Amino acid sequence: MGLVENLSRWIIPLLVLVIPAYGYLKGVKVYEAFIEGAEEGLRMVVRIAPYMLAILVALGLFKVSGAMDLLVAGLRPVLSLMGIPPEVVPLLVTRPLSGGAALGVLAEILRLQGPDSFVGRLASIMQGSTDTTFYVLAVYFGSVGIRKTRYALTLGLMADLAGFLAAIWAASLFFPR
Amino acid sequence: MINFIWLFLIVSGVMAAGATGQVDRITTSLTDQAAVATNLIMGMAGIMVFWMGMMNIAAKSGLMQVFARLLRPMVMRLFPDVPPDHPAAGSILLNISANFLGLGNAATPLGLNAMQELQKLNPDKDTASPAMCTFLALNTSSVTLIPATVVALRAAAGSTSPADIVAPTFVATVVAAATAVVLDRYFRRKLSGKGRGGRR
Repeated sequence: MGLVENLSRWIIPLLVLVIPAYGYLKGVKVYEAFIEGAEEGLRMVVRIAPYMLAILVALGLFKVSGAMDLLVAGLRPVLSLMGIPPEVVPLLVTRPLSGGAALGVLAEILRLQGPDSFVGRLASIMQGSTDTTFYVLAVYFGSVGIRKTRYALTLGLMADLAGFLAAIWAASLFFPR
Repeated sequence: MINFIWLFLIVSGVMAAGATGQVDRITTSLTDQAAVATNLIMGMAGIMVFWMGMMNIAAKSGLMQVFARLLRPMVMRLFPDVPPDHPAAGSILLNISANFLGLGNAATPLGLNAMQELQKLNPDKDTASPAMCTFLALNTSSVTLIPATVVALRAAAGSTSPADIVAPTFVATVVAAATAVVLDRYFRRKLSGKGRGGRR
């Protein structure tokens, strides 16, 4: 496990070193390029902010009312059979539908379970290993006027499911409970 | 669908709180969660801005094209019906490379461009071609080098090692993408099998 841990620790510092150095060697004005991308990053934060607020407030209402506890308690026996912690269920439901909403759900899981807990790490990996399938399909097929999508949705959702299961496997592998 | 889920969370929340005689908690929770959301957004803004800056250097220096070239032999095998010199091939490869580097904003226009090129090869203009389905499966299970948003969110939540999920996420995305490829093969074979049966 030592090698993999070191890989996780080194990958970001290495990228921070290699990307600007490679850019400089290729004649890119690294500072200007950084600023340009950073501005786009700021716009991205502004764009996802309303989604996160919307879902965090709604989740908060759902939780203080006690409805969330009921849902989790009801699902626990089924999910524990598959090794899925019930706390990640809201993420499973929102992830294929809205990237911003899923990010809000993840934020709430991190806050309540702790970002360095097993559930917190698992949810983080799940968010990273799946995508907003409904949204991507709607935008991509819509842009070229495809109405009959054949097996694309089934395939996309199965890929998401594979992503979730792979996340559970990877989380247990890297962070043994 | 997301409309329904959002509405359900709010309506069931307020009604359940009202029924159990704790409506006051709704008002408190509203203010609290709005503050939580603001803190999170502010907390993740810095690191998001940083990575998007870095990745723009990567895009400008041609690192994306380097990835695209490395991926070509492997990826184009999944698209037997796209001629290797067709512009669709280039757009598909650049889109996957952009996703790999976490350049979501660069990936989307490239992906839309790929769809347009694939549509030119598509004999039936309102039905998805197998190549389109393969492309979208690869796109939605896209392998990511740095899940920058998740790392930023973890940092904002006070993680002691926000980046320790990078390697496991990479492993999980590779497994998911491989599964998508296998399933895609299965669906394609089923489809062409049906086509032959129809002609006979």
